[in-house]
Amino acid sequence: MAVERIKSDIFKVNKMKQQNIFSATLLAVMSIIGSSQLLISPVQAATLEQGSPEEKGFEIAARSDRSDRGFGDSEAEMTMVLRNAAGQEASRTMRFTTLEVPDESVGDKSLVLFSTPRDIEGTALLSHAKMLDPDDQWLYLPALKRVKRISSRNKSGPFVGSEFAFEDFTASELNKFSYTYLKEEACGDLQCDVVERIPLYKNSGYTKQISWVDTTDYQIRKIEFYDRRGSLLKELKFEDYRKYNDAYWRAHRLVMKNFKTNKSTDLVYGEYKFGIGLTDNDFVKGRLSRLR
Amino acid sequence: MKYSHHKLLLGLVLLPMVSCIGMGTVMASDSDWDISGNAALQLRGFTQDTLWPEQNTSDAEVSVSGEWEVRWRSEEGDQRASFIPFARWDENDDERTHLDLSEAYWAYEGDEVELLVGIDKVFWGVTESVHLVDVINQTDLVEDIDQEDKLGQPMINLALQKDWGLLNLYLLPYFRERTFSGIDGRFRAPLPVDWDDAEYESGAKDKHVDFALRYSHYFGDVDVGVYYFRGTNREPRLELASNGRKLTPFYDQIDQVGLDLQYTKDAWLWKLEAIVRDGYDESFMASVAGFEYTFYQVYESNADIGFLMEYQYDDRSSHEPVTTADNDLFLGGRWSLNDTQDTAVLVGVVVDKKTSETFFNVEAERRFGDNIVIELRARAITNSESDEQLYSFSRDDYIQLQISRYF
Repeated sequence: MAVERIKSDIFKVNKMKQQNIFSATLLAVMSIIGSSQLLISPVQAATLEQGSPEEKGFEIAARSDRSDRGFGDSEAEMTMVLRNAAGQEASRTMRFTTLEVPDESVGDKSLVLFSTPRDIEGTALLSHAKMLDPDDQWLYLPALKRVKRISSRNKSGPFVGSEFAFEDFTASELNKFSYTYLKEEACGDLQCDVVERIPLYKNSGYTKQISWVDTTDYQIRKIEFYDRRGSLLKELKFEDYRKYNDAYWRAHRLVMKNFKTNKSTDLVYGEYKFGIGLTDNDFVKGRLSRLR
Repeated sequence: MKYSHHKLLLGLVLLPMVSCIGMGTVMASDSDWDISGNAALQLRGFTQDTLWPEQNTSDAEVSVSGEWEVRWRSEEGDQRASFIPFARWDENDDERTHLDLSEAYWAYEGDEVELLVGIDKVFWGVTESVHLVDVINQTDLVEDIDQEDKLGQPMINLALQKDWGLLNLYLLPYFRERTFSGIDGRFRAPLPVDWDDAEYESGAKDKHVDFALRYSHYFGDVDVGVYYFRGTNREPRLELASNGRKLTPFYDQIDQVGLDLQYTKDAWLWKLEAIVRDGYDESFMASVAGFEYTFYQVYESNADIGFLMEYQYDDRSSHEPVTTADNDLFLGGRWSLNDTQDTAVLVGVVVDKKTSETFFNVEAERRFGDNIVIELRARAITNSESDEQLYSFSRDDYIQLQISRYF
């Protein structure tokens, strides 16, 4: 019962990138971008600079998204540290596995297995991500050895009592947002493109998000979340990026701060493993009782 | 369970505490082994005097339980094993003091095939108020009258996972008898059930090899499971023993087909379970159907409130094992705070539409710190007349506090 609420695409956070299908309205834009990628040159880059703020915002998000293509599968251990306004901490540990799905019309498959707190050890959540449709999700409750298909409607609710909402973990799926380029500014040692994005999927708790994407490695460095009244609710920082297989960037520390409650949640990742040979059969509901 | 076993059992209850503290540290470095467990103190307070003679008249009952979980996985990851003993000691009821092996198996996993040999627990079904289709494991009735606690079942299980679904074949070579309260215990019939002396339709008795085949999969928003089971009925008929002082459980051979369906749309879960059983002297059907609807983040808080409604139907005759879920309406509410402590409250009521016999159930739980869970339960039966199914338990209303420590 206590773990009913563990439902999310959380595992996506370990990649924060997503294969995607391009919506019809954006196909034209994408074909231009596609060719520019093949023959990148200062002239064409300059051409893009002259596009509308919407086109440029989308291009920046798409470039970031593409930087993660072809990773196949991955696995990582994660510790979640919950901190209340008084600074008291509680933690959870879990293992994420992700399978990249070649079909671009659907999202990836992912699995999270909890190891602490001990009373929910073995609880597992399987997710087959979609784009704008609700994801398919199954929850495994080890005390009853029960697999339960659950509703994925609860986008804006908290994930396991943390400051992360369920939707925060799917935040970088390209076609879940519309984009507007705002400006370029320094972000730490790097330069960042600042892009506003507005959720296109139903039941979001946000009116908009502002994202900072660096211009060197095309990775997201920070996101601000604005609530349904339009005021700043939360800030998420991506830290400790490391590059795997000379290709795939992963942030190993994500810090979410809630300005309304003064609570915060850190996600601290261990080493990622790639290419571990997972298949579709590792991401089926019948597998959930055999994970430990 | 004989009294001399109590010390042994108490030792087994305490074993998880001691061994986990010691071995947990030793094994922590070896990723192939996982050792965990829990120990719990359970206090029950009964609000009424006992109904039947010779029941322990104390209105308080103390018991302790422990579970020790040892899991192993091979370096290649394709083999695993599990060993999970469970024990409870109860101060009043010798039959509630018991020991079980929840799991003790070895399994091999291929990409599409899995073979499991040993003792395991298997759950089938989708509904909340009654678990009709769940047939592999025997109910551990002394643990809890809600029938959600099960005994480990010896089995050979072959699973085949294809893109068209999951097929599970079970051979069940040994039968587990249902546990019943002893003569001292609460929650019993006018006479105690002598469950160590069960009788069987099959000449093979508890060595009859039962068989089950189940298919499960999902199609879009619909999850489905169908199965065929042939073997010893998990539910006994209770017959008066020849000396007239006890009830003897009698286990029939049955054929049963079952179906479970769930349609998941938006915040709605629509559920159906149905069985057809060729039982003692007839075929009958039973089903339970209903929904669960959840309001998320109510009043701009983090809490969710879910509403549940299910209707239970069963057309078995009086020759079959007694069921309470024959024409009953279940209404429930689930309040989840979604806080760091995973605080949650479940309230449910089951009303028999014909007799108005009513069962109330409240369950609340919250984690304290990282490893302690406190659970509060209250149960009551009202409107029960002497000829009705729950009458025997009608003076067993109770409040239960359980403190569990996880390792």
